[in-house]
Amino acid sequence: MSITTENEQLAYIASQAADARVNVEVETDEGMTLNLGPQHPATHGTLRIIAKLDGEKVVAAEPIMGYMHRGYEKLTEVRTYPQVTTLINRIDWLGSFANEVPFILAAEQLMEVEAPPRAQWIRTILFELSRIANVCLFLGDMAVQVGATTPVFYAFRDREFVLNQIERVTGGRFHPNFDRIGGLKDDLPKGWIEETRGALDRMKSFCDEMEELVLGNEIFQARTRNIGVIPGDVALSYGLSGANLRASGVDWDIRRDANVGLVYDQVDWKVWTHPDGDSFARFWVRLQETREACNIIEQLLGSIPSGPIMAKVPRIIKVPEGEAYVATENPLGEMGYYVVSKGDLTPFRVKIRSASFSNMSITPWILKDVFVPDIISILASLYFILGDIDR
Amino acid sequence: MIELLALNPSWWQETFLIKVPIGLLAVLLPAGTIVYLYLFKAISFMQSRLGPMEAGPYGSLQLLAEVGKWLQKEDIFPSKADKFVFAAAPFVVLMSTFLLVVVLPAGPDALFVDLDAGIYLAMAVSSVSVIGILMAGWSSANKYSLLGGIRAAGQLIAYELPLILAVVGVVIQAGTMNMQGIVLAQAEGEIFGWGGIGNPFILTQFIGFVIFMIAVQAELTQAPFDMPVAESELVTGYLTEYSGIRFLLFFIGEFASAGVFSAIAAVLFFGGWYIPGIDAGSQVFNVIGPLVLATKTMIIAFLIFWFRFTFPRFREDQLQRLAWKFLIPLSLVNIALTGVLKVAL
Repeated sequence: MSITTENEQLAYIASQAADARVNVEVETDEGMTLNLGPQHPATHGTLRIIAKLDGEKVVAAEPIMGYMHRGYEKLTEVRTYPQVTTLINRIDWLGSFANEVPFILAAEQLMEVEAPPRAQWIRTILFELSRIANVCLFLGDMAVQVGATTPVFYAFRDREFVLNQIERVTGGRFHPNFDRIGGLKDDLPKGWIEETRGALDRMKSFCDEMEELVLGNEIFQARTRNIGVIPGDVALSYGLSGANLRASGVDWDIRRDANVGLVYDQVDWKVWTHPDGDSFARFWVRLQETREACNIIEQLLGSIPSGPIMAKVPRIIKVPEGEAYVATENPLGEMGYYVVSKGDLTPFRVKIRSASFSNMSITPWILKDVFVPDIISILASLYFILGDIDR
Repeated sequence: MIELLALNPSWWQETFLIKVPIGLLAVLLPAGTIVYLYLFKAISFMQSRLGPMEAGPYGSLQLLAEVGKWLQKEDIFPSKADKFVFAAAPFVVLMSTFLLVVVLPAGPDALFVDLDAGIYLAMAVSSVSVIGILMAGWSSANKYSLLGGIRAAGQLIAYELPLILAVVGVVIQAGTMNMQGIVLAQAEGEIFGWGGIGNPFILTQFIGFVIFMIAVQAELTQAPFDMPVAESELVTGYLTEYSGIRFLLFFIGEFASAGVFSAIAAVLFFGGWYIPGIDAGSQVFNVIGPLVLATKTMIIAFLIFWFRFTFPRFREDQLQRLAWKFLIPLSLVNIALTGVLKVAL
C-alpha cells in the first residue's frame, strides 16, 4: 500500500491498529508474539511481559514495568518525615512494616538519634514477623503458579495468625505505620509474647506442611529443578538480592553482614544458601528462611529488655542537612532508602532501592529457551510484588 | 411411563419419551452431583473453607444459581472469530460425552444399546472431543486459546493410546468387547479358581486400572494434566473467549465426561452394576443396578478430583514423556502379561 496523503496515512494507521487487536497472527519466520499482561492471572498485579515464541519455546522475553507507578519518590518530597511512613508502607504491601524500617533508620542516622534497646528489639521482632507474613504467601503462591490450587489457601489461613499478632501491636494488618523516628508508637500489649509463640508454632507446622505438600512433590520438583538457573556471578552482576541471591550460592545477608539498627547480632541464627540457583533452590531457601525467622523471633521474645520505647526527639522533626543510605534485608531482598535532607520538615530527595525492581532486571536474561509454563514458574520463584517494582 | 411400557410403545415413543430424558438424566445428574459434591464442597473442605453455604441447605442449590447466571450472560463472539466454528465447538465436545453414555450398561436390561463392540465405540467417540477443543482453540482468534487448543490436541492424542491399551487388557480377560459382557465376565469370573466375589478386574488388572485412571485424568484435562486450560499461564486456554451458555456447555461437558469416564472405569474394573451376593441374572439389578453403578462412579470420580486438587501441573513436554516413555510401554507389558496368563490358565 502506497501512502501519499495524510488521510491515507491515517487510514493505514487505523487499519494497522485494528490488526494489532487481532490476537492470532501468523508470523512465519519470527514466530508468535505472546503478550502476557498487564492483565493476566499470573502477574498478580500489572506486570506486562512480551514474549516472542517459537511454538511453546520462548525466544526472547521483555518485561515492561510501570503500569502501577505511583510516584512515591516524588510524593515524599511534599510529606514531613513522620508522614512518609504512610506512603512507603504501600511499596511492598505484604511485608509493610519492613518497608518503614530502613527509612526510619536513615532519618535517625541523619538526626543522630538512636532508638532505645526495647524499641530496637520490638522493631526486629515486627520486621521478622512481616517477613513471615510476606514469604508465607510466596510459599502458597508458587504452588498456584505451577498448578496446585490448594496450598495457597493454607498460606492465607496460617498467615492470618501472624497478621493478627502484627495487628495487635500496631493496629494495622497490612499497613501498620508504626515505626517512628527515635522509637516506636506504642509498647507491646499485654499477653502478646505468649500469643506470638503460639502463632510461631502454627507457622512452623505450616512450613512442615509446605515441605511435604509442595517441596516433596515429584511434579513440583520436575517443574522447578534445573529451571531458571542463575549462576552466582550472573546473579551478582544483575544486582539480585535477598533469597534469590542466596539461592544462587552467594552467602550474603545484610542482616548479618551489614546490619544497621536492628539486633540480629544478639541472636544465634543461620544464613541459608543453596548452590543450585534454580527455581527449586529459591523456594527451598525461602522456606528455610521462614523457619529461621521463627527461630529468630522466639529468641528475641525471650530477651526483650525493659525500658522506654522512644528516644528523646523534638516534637517537630527537622532533619539536619546531610545524606544517608540505609538498606535492610527485607522479605524481597535488599531495600534501601537514600535520603537527602536540606534541613527542612520534608526530605529534599528520596531514592528508593526496592528489591523487586532489581530482581526483575534479570528476566530478559533468564527467560530464554524456556517453555511458556516456565515463564510463570520462574517469575513466581523470583518473587516480586508489583508495588515493590513500580513504587 | 409404566403404561407406555405395558402398551409396547412405538419406536418414537420409546426413543423420545423414555430414552432421551433418561439419557439426559444419566449425563446431567452425575455431572451436577460431581460439581456440587466435589468441585464445591470436597475442594472447599480440603482447602479449609466451607464452600457455598447460602443457596439452599448447605449451598446445594448453588449450581442452579450458577446455571441461571450463565444463561443470562451475553453470548459474546470475538470480532475476528470464525463464528460458525466458534459456535459449534461446545456442541461437538458435549456430543462425545452423550455418545459415551449410549453403551453404558446400568443393569441386565437397563441399557440404551447393546453393542458387540461397545467399549470400542466408547474409545472411538471419546476422542471426538479433541476436535471440539481444537475448534474452540483455533476459532477464538486468541493466542492463549490457540496455545491451549494445540496443547489439548497433543495431550489428548498422546493419552488416547494408553487409555485404549489399558482397556485391551480388560478385553482380553473378559473375552468380549461388549460392555454387558465385561460386567458379566466380572460377575461370573473367578480369581485363580476362587469365585467368592466374582472377579472385579481391579484385582487382576490393577496396572491397567492405574494406567486407565492416569489417562482419563489427562483426557479430562484435569490437574496435573490441565495445561490446556492452565489458568496461571494461559488464562483459561481454549475457554478464554467463551462466555454465557457456550461456556456453560463446556463446563457441563467437562464434568459430565468426568462422570461418564468414571462410569466406564466402574464398568471395566469394578464390576459395573453387579455386587457380589446376588445372582447376576436376577431382575433385582434392573432396579438397584443404576444405583450401584452411580455409587461406584462417584467413588472413582472422587479419585479424579482428589488428584486434581492436590497436584501441581506438568509441563507439556514432561506430559508427553510420561505418556510415550512410561505409560505406553507399561501398558504393553500389561497386555503381554495378561495374554500369557489368559492362555496359561
